[in-house]
Amino acid sequence: MPVTLERIPGKEERVILSMGPQHPSTHGVLRLVLDLEGETVVRALYDIGYLHTGFEKSFEDKTYSQGITLTDRMDYLAPLSNNLGHCLAAEKLLDLEIPPRAQWIRVLLTELTRIQSHLVWLGTHAIDLGAMSVFLYCFREREDVLHIFEAVSGQRMMTSYFRIGGLALEPPLGWLKHVEKFVKIFPGRLAEYEDLLTKNPIWLHRTQGVGYISAEDAIAYGLSGPSLRGSGPDWDLRKKQPYSSYEKFDFKVATRPEGDVYARYLVRLEEMRQSLRIVEQAMAGLPEGPAKANAPHIVMPERESMKTSIEALIYHFKIVTEGFHPPVGEVYQAIESPRGELGFYMVSDGSPKPFRCHVRAPSFANLQALPKLIEGRLIADVVACIGTIDIVLGEVDR
Amino acid sequence: MTADPQNSLAWQKLQAYFPDAIENVTSFRDEVTLYIRPALLRHTWEFLRDEPGLEFRFLADVTALDLYPQEPRFEVVYHLLSLENGQRLRLKVRLPGENPAVPSAVPVWPSAIAFEREVFDLFGITFEGHPFLKRILLPDNWEGHPLRKDYPTEGYR
Repeated sequence: MPVTLERIPGKEERVILSMGPQHPSTHGVLRLVLDLEGETVVRALYDIGYLHTGFEKSFEDKTYSQGITLTDRMDYLAPLSNNLGHCLAAEKLLDLEIPPRAQWIRVLLTELTRIQSHLVWLGTHAIDLGAMSVFLYCFREREDVLHIFEAVSGQRMMTSYFRIGGLALEPPLGWLKHVEKFVKIFPGRLAEYEDLLTKNPIWLHRTQGVGYISAEDAIAYGLSGPSLRGSGPDWDLRKKQPYSSYEKFDFKVATRPEGDVYARYLVRLEEMRQSLRIVEQAMAGLPEGPAKANAPHIVMPERESMKTSIEALIYHFKIVTEGFHPPVGEVYQAIESPRGELGFYMVSDGSPKPFRCHVRAPSFANLQALPKLIEGRLIADVVACIGTIDIVLGEVDR
Repeated sequence: MTADPQNSLAWQKLQAYFPDAIENVTSFRDEVTLYIRPALLRHTWEFLRDEPGLEFRFLADVTALDLYPQEPRFEVVYHLLSLENGQRLRLKVRLPGENPAVPSAVPVWPSAIAFEREVFDLFGITFEGHPFLKRILLPDNWEGHPLRKDYPTEGYR
């Protein structure tokens, strides 16, 4: 029996409505159970698990390197952020030093991921509220970013490009030209979206004052990322607990005090601008040097060296057939994904496979605030509230 | 190098106020783990949340480990975060393999609702006093708890 709400005796005129899991505005397979009095939502309940694939169990059956491919498929709108979280956790276990060039390319690509993910959010959020053209514009620009990913990693979405110890391989010659082109056109495109929405009276009516949550409630319910910053706190892990040399970049943390759907919209737009600034800085100051750490027992050797060096061949054989042995211990590594705090809790028992790899998925935590946002509001606001917390069901259900 | 866990402020303060609460303390890669006795869990949580200088008001995560066939078999793991001073802390509670149960953290941190439901679903650990303890990812009629180590990866066939 799927989850449902019990009727309250004496309130027989209320309607219990099941919304989803195939509803187009639920961004995947989210099911909501709403208790309606007229058009007002009195109680709400969410039902998830339709995409549960048991990733955490699968991690335990794969080597640390093989696990990277699973992370792409969790938050499929931000695969590189997930790759980064997994790699950083494993590197923390191994106490591995990553060369600056790899760190900077990681920053550059994860910021492009943030822009790309926010574009999908903006497009779908706008179409949920009836603004069709924004959706088409956003997907136009998203395609440019996906082309960059394809140039660099060979894949548009399931990139698996970051590896434990650095990058899978040095990006191809001329890849920065694609990035430069995107950086040049994107500020104009952002202005285009803003022209369509920011002062649009229909947009304002649908978003201002809707889905309010206070800073205290947001913290208590475990909100993170833009959903938290839309209520005031300037908590951003890139600033507060920097990883992958984010401390060397100059950017502002976007916050708004209002705590409604409109505030979170403004925060995400500003984040795209700040991400663009980081991308520009990363391009301008990209260090030379290797893209992989000097750790032959962990990092795959170059194809060329395997033909001339017996050690390289042995290491290759060892890594492929067995993997590597991190020391016994446990780490929690959190990064600021486009949706919030993405944490990887990795426990090693000294074997080549993680004893446990748990993912603290930001979507899963952010979803908890949804009933709080919609209770007492009109049913038409429900889609605005689902859009504003920006969930990806692949990550919610894992 | 790994720092001495006894330098952590949380450990020092807890040691001063609830010396009985801490069973053990470990540190790996500068991350401090406190093992708390289940009986004093609720007091410890409230202390860590409200004490000035600690203020762990953000419960980032709740999960569990299955150490099968060791006994005590389960460890419930809490990841706390303080937005005020940017500190993280890991709490652990050891539980027996037979009817594992632990008090729910929902009265202290409401965000525990979904996290604890997930642990209940995948590990079969009961959270006493939880307002809505039902399976969250798997169907209600699912048999077993997949993240236990004695549950085969490919499932029962």
